[in-house]
Amino acid sequence: MSSQSINAETVTTELDNILEMENVSVAYAGNYAVKNVSFNVARNAITSIIGPSGCGKSTLLRCLNRMNDFILDVSIEGKIRFEGQDIYAREVDAVEVRHHMGMVFQKPNPFPKSIFKNVAWGPTVNRYQGSITELVERSLKQASLWDEVKDRLNDSALGLSGGQQQRLCIARALAMEPNVLLMDEPCSALDPISTAHIEDLMFDLKSRYTIVIVTHNMQQASRVSDYTAFMEMGNLIEFDESERLFTRPSNQRTEDYVSGRFG
Amino acid sequence: MSRARHLPSITNGQVRWHESLIQGGLGFCALISIITTATIIFILTRESVGFFQVIPVKDFLFGTSWVPMFEPSSFGVLPLLWGTLVITVGAALICIPIGLASAIYLSEYASAKQRSIIKPVLELLAGIPTVVYGYFALTFVTPALQYLFPDIQVFNALSGSIVVGIMVLPMVATLSDNALRAVPDSLRQGAYALGATSYEVTTQVVVPAGLSGIIASFLLAISRAIGETMAVTLAAGATPNLSFTFLESIQTMTAYIVQVSMGDTPAGGVAYQTMFAVAGLLFVITLLLNVIATFILKRYREVYQ
Repeated sequence: MSSQSINAETVTTELDNILEMENVSVAYAGNYAVKNVSFNVARNAITSIIGPSGCGKSTLLRCLNRMNDFILDVSIEGKIRFEGQDIYAREVDAVEVRHHMGMVFQKPNPFPKSIFKNVAWGPTVNRYQGSITELVERSLKQASLWDEVKDRLNDSALGLSGGQQQRLCIARALAMEPNVLLMDEPCSALDPISTAHIEDLMFDLKSRYTIVIVTHNMQQASRVSDYTAFMEMGNLIEFDESERLFTRPSNQRTEDYVSGRFG
Repeated sequence: MSRARHLPSITNGQVRWHESLIQGGLGFCALISIITTATIIFILTRESVGFFQVIPVKDFLFGTSWVPMFEPSSFGVLPLLWGTLVITVGAALICIPIGLASAIYLSEYASAKQRSIIKPVLELLAGIPTVVYGYFALTFVTPALQYLFPDIQVFNALSGSIVVGIMVLPMVATLSDNALRAVPDSLRQGAYALGATSYEVTTQVVVPAGLSGIIASFLLAISRAIGETMAVTLAAGATPNLSFTFLESIQTMTAYIVQVSMGDTPAGGVAYQTMFAVAGLLFVITLLLNVIATFILKRYREVYQ
């Protein structure tokens, strides 16, 4: 699916929310990590999920592209809808769901292959019809990595710095031309300069993709995101426009957290 | 007021002599295998030199007839080399695909419960004495093959290859399984997140990342197949044979060495020295295989973090 057709869909659909979560609960072996969470993700915006370690924010994110399917003894209740369709419905193919949702992980995890192959692999296994070379160049440019790697596309991706590897992982996800980009603490293993680089990148990508980012860095959430969800102990405490959530939170617990009184 | 200052003691007053004793003991144990290897090479070389003073190297390496015991004798090693090659290649054709497939199943598809049953069974298979595999070939595999090939001999190369292949299968499966499980999970997750299927993730990301360990398991299995003696002698017999049908009896290099060392060949004669020449050749082949393996691993493996 090209980006043009995504924009076309935006016009034809009346949904403003690309993802909707309704009473989502997730339990590992009977222990609830996420409890009854409901909020929506706005199209072409950055939504961040913040909260202290172990609050269930990563678990929730991994439900959105069904990455929790691999964990034994996990049970997911409630509804998660992508473009109005329940992604946990019986007839849904999890592999297809993941085609539409790119994911960037906490620790850069490039494949032990060349830079080119890292980006080309996803489209290749999904039988991309156009020119792979052009797609790789476009994706690397979108991830603002092209200028640094264009002369060594055939070198191993593991020779790149941590920040470059993470941008390569973003390029790899973008090459699938997803509708949503899920980022699970993408900067937690990076230095401040690489972090700034990736935050700039997220602004650039916002016009074409919907981004959901999990972070425990509140400054980052307030800098980059339009909407913020604050979670604690598996519960959604507050969901609001970031500006309001960080300046005039309506819940005392949110205020305590964003003002640094705990967490 | 001045406080008395005691210097902290940093001397012990005694030499820790047992430390150097332990170091020496451990070093000696490590030395034993080196001394053994050196001695083997020395004896192989000395006896082989005696052999090659009588028989030209060219006649040994390229001769097509191996009749060391009877007159007129002939010392062409090719029939023995061929026997070893047939067994090894046949065994590799069986153990590599099936072993790798088992490893992939165990590591990527099997549930924890299935694993807990299959893995011990595989390891049990690896512990069965090789002579039992020889019996298995003679009393089960060959009779079964007779349905397919009615004119098959009682001792035949095909049954030998099959049974050696089955014998080294657990080695390939367990070692490759270990190699696959050592591949970090973050690579699998990255691949799944790109909308790949289990099969694509396994064949295109996990197996290439674990390739060095997988190839190492292949090579170990192959060198074990080359060196296998008992099962092969029981299954394939002891007839030096340059035949291409696989349904006849052959003799491998190791089976020949057993034949000579068990028999009443007088020590010191040319017939006796053949044993060392054949063993020397076997040594050179396995050494070359190791060198090639090291080269391949350095050149082609995908290093992961």
